[in-house]
Amino acid sequence: MQTSFTPAQLEDPHVAESEKILRRCVHCGFCTATCPTYVTLGNELDSPRGRIYLIKDMLENDRPADEEVVTHIDRCLSCLSCVTTCPSGVDYMHLVDHARIHIENTYKRPLPDRLIRNLLAAVLPYPARFRAALALAKIARPFAPLLKGIRVLKPLGAMLELAPKSAKRAATVAESDAVPPKAEKRGRVAILSGCAQPVLDPEINVATIRLLTRFGIEIAAPKGEGCCGALVHHMGREEQALTFARRNVDAWMAEVEAGGLDAIIVTTSGCGTTIKDYGHMLRLDPAYAEKAARVSTLAKDITEYLATLDLPKLEAQKLTVAYHSACSLQHGQKITMPPKTLLKTAGFTVRDPAEGHLCCGSAGTYNILQSEISTQLKSRKVKNIEATKPDVIAAGNIGCITQIGSGTEIPILHTVQLLDWAYGGPKPAAISQKR
Amino acid sequence: MSEAIQFLPPRPSVLARRDTIISDLLDLLPPECVVHEARALVPFETDAFISYRRLPLAVVLPKNTAQVAAVMKYCHRAGIPVVPRGAGTSLSGGAIPQEDAIVLGLSRMSRIIELDYANRTATVQAGVTNLSISEAVATDGFFYAPDPSSQLACTIGGNIGMNSGGAHCLKYGVTTNNLLGVKMVLVDGTVIELGGKHLDAAGYDLLGLVCGSEGQLGIVTEATVRLIAKPEGARPVLFGFDTSEEAGSCVADIIGSGIIPVAIEFMDKPAIEICEAFAKAGYPLDVGALLIVEVEGSEAEMDATLASIVEIARRHGVKTVRECQSATEAALIWKGRKSAFGATGRIADYICMDGTVPLGKLSYVLEETSKIVERFGLRVANVFHAGDGNMHPLILFNANDPEEAAKAEEAGNEILKLCVDAGGCLTGEHGVGIEKRDLMRHQYSDAELAQQMTVRAAFDEGWLLNPSKVFPLEGRA
Repeated sequence: MQTSFTPAQLEDPHVAESEKILRRCVHCGFCTATCPTYVTLGNELDSPRGRIYLIKDMLENDRPADEEVVTHIDRCLSCLSCVTTCPSGVDYMHLVDHARIHIENTYKRPLPDRLIRNLLAAVLPYPARFRAALALAKIARPFAPLLKGIRVLKPLGAMLELAPKSAKRAATVAESDAVPPKAEKRGRVAILSGCAQPVLDPEINVATIRLLTRFGIEIAAPKGEGCCGALVHHMGREEQALTFARRNVDAWMAEVEAGGLDAIIVTTSGCGTTIKDYGHMLRLDPAYAEKAARVSTLAKDITEYLATLDLPKLEAQKLTVAYHSACSLQHGQKITMPPKTLLKTAGFTVRDPAEGHLCCGSAGTYNILQSEISTQLKSRKVKNIEATKPDVIAAGNIGCITQIGSGTEIPILHTVQLLDWAYGGPKPAAISQKR
Repeated sequence: MSEAIQFLPPRPSVLARRDTIISDLLDLLPPECVVHEARALVPFETDAFISYRRLPLAVVLPKNTAQVAAVMKYCHRAGIPVVPRGAGTSLSGGAIPQEDAIVLGLSRMSRIIELDYANRTATVQAGVTNLSISEAVATDGFFYAPDPSSQLACTIGGNIGMNSGGAHCLKYGVTTNNLLGVKMVLVDGTVIELGGKHLDAAGYDLLGLVCGSEGQLGIVTEATVRLIAKPEGARPVLFGFDTSEEAGSCVADIIGSGIIPVAIEFMDKPAIEICEAFAKAGYPLDVGALLIVEVEGSEAEMDATLASIVEIARRHGVKTVRECQSATEAALIWKGRKSAFGATGRIADYICMDGTVPLGKLSYVLEETSKIVERFGLRVANVFHAGDGNMHPLILFNANDPEEAAKAEEAGNEILKLCVDAGGCLTGEHGVGIEKRDLMRHQYSDAELAQQMTVRAAFDEGWLLNPSKVFPLEGRA
């Protein structure tokens, strides 16, 4: 569509990029139909096309963000369903990233909002702090309904409700040394240990290591790697996000130079989408652009990598799995078939819930910051999943696992935990307890 | 912005009362149903005919018929124009507002009210998307036949307004042939029902009148539509030709021989390349033109129909014939075709024409279209419902170049006149909107237009409903 930026505005590389993105949009409106918030709220302002228009208006007029724009951009889940739908190839992801940075730089949020965001940014990316916070949350949990009744404290209430009822034991793997392959060596990978996942469910990466080493993959242990930066990136806190990204690039490139890496395995697809975007995020940093692009190429979702290992076909077993396709996998990374193919090859019966393209409402910190919409999306998702009458639910993202798990009695596991079990690992506790 | 098409000048008396009107609307509706902040109105300034834009006075998003009626009653009394909006996917500017108008959006009324298989009907709210009706009945073996390419997003209310068509309308007819009843709010807020679950109703066929009336006779809030049983099987087949002319004459011969496939869709080379880039459907890239012909029925029936079609295609020098091998492949073939317009955004801005011509003139009009566009120094991609003769030349241009944008509009006007002169009409399914409004005189005599406006006036004497559309501004009563 038509844009009107001055040459001076276009000198800013971020504006220049956004202008290119906007030029692709032909306002056809297809994106509205698959947008979870438009489907829920029925207002075009809460649809991709509406947001694109709000962003265009704000950037063209070089205007600070205002409450109206912030409200509707904040409601965006960044699920990227619109990107899958868009026939013209509008790069909404980078457009909304730019808008979020613009908001962060030009808009002063009300105090409670600022505090909760500062709290999230200061705690979630750091496993030790997050673990301590969860211990506190366990004590405070009974107050959740009370907090949710007070408007400005609603996010705190939502946060408490999401906290797991029982704290998991800390992982012993993340900080450990490299793990040698248990079969003839076929490759060498690093596994992102990340931030929230090892605290919420350390078993996921433990299962990943068991499965990979069983098939001859050596696990490297890069020093100094941590949160991928997605969390603060989606809050528009770009400098903090880039600091995380640079630290990880350094850690992985050191490993690449030392022993070589075939892949950087990501078991949290939300992080995968961001790491695969490091090349873009650091494109303007001459010291990091090339290295970051290399890291992005090496980053692979666990199922994407497993699909290259040609795992043996196993006999069918009597377990029906509803596969929940995390938005960051299906829309962000365009990985749709490999997880299902892997599960089928491993002998599971796989069901696709209806409306699979719609987000479960987790979306990073969305279920804390936008708990009302998030709760509606969760109910819709759980209803669709339960309609397939599964024995277990599989998903590739800890956010979805926590979100969906808080709304159903059906056990939910990471895809890789089911695969590890099928290929000789221990039976996951969640299934043993239920059955 | 090029402004060859004029809007009605805003009524100063309405503009002057802006604040009062908004506060009155807030009295009528819950706050989340009224959009009035200046910034928040911007996304409603246009639809998919994006060359023209006007900010509305306010937007209302009612949740039920009673709220729609309340808004209409108020606007009628206060003399405020109302522009209805479904999903805002109109290619003719049907949902573009004007400065003194309230946009009445039906997007919050998106519930399926009743599925009645015994009567083969679905009753839905007007804001339900076209595709979601078919999705709701798919597992029970039914579908809703009219399938505009925007069916993923466009609403049934908008479909009724424009009497929308689609690829599969060749066999099953357009919206008017599949609509059985509506609940409609008149301009003064009165609620009426037309038709029902039966095939015909006593008295005048007002339902037929409402279908295609572009939001000028009332606001449809509910619709009862016909459901059709899914065929045993369906198979799209790709026919590649060296030239558009060969493909065009082949279409005329298929229809002339008495065969009615479910769909015959046409793509020329630029369109094939655009759609392949998005859908990766495996369209042949080494041909000059492509027909997607879908046959349906039992295996034997499909084989027999297909054999006759292949024989005809051979006479027209068909180069490749490819039967699709799986349901996934068929879905991709249709996904590519249905995303053609949006996918064009990958290479250029465009305006999409909608002229319909007699099939015997298809090749001639295609050739002349190329000449016209070339004369303006522009490019064209053709992707359309060939079996219906419903052409969609997409004129490609650069929206940031005002001169080129103006040329694209002029070329478009010439193409539409060409269609009318060839014995066809201005619009097959997108509606007149504002885009083709000033060409209506090329299609109709003054007496014919006056008669249509007399009927319109019986519903809305004061020109409050979608007033800048359909009829040329000069010569209105």
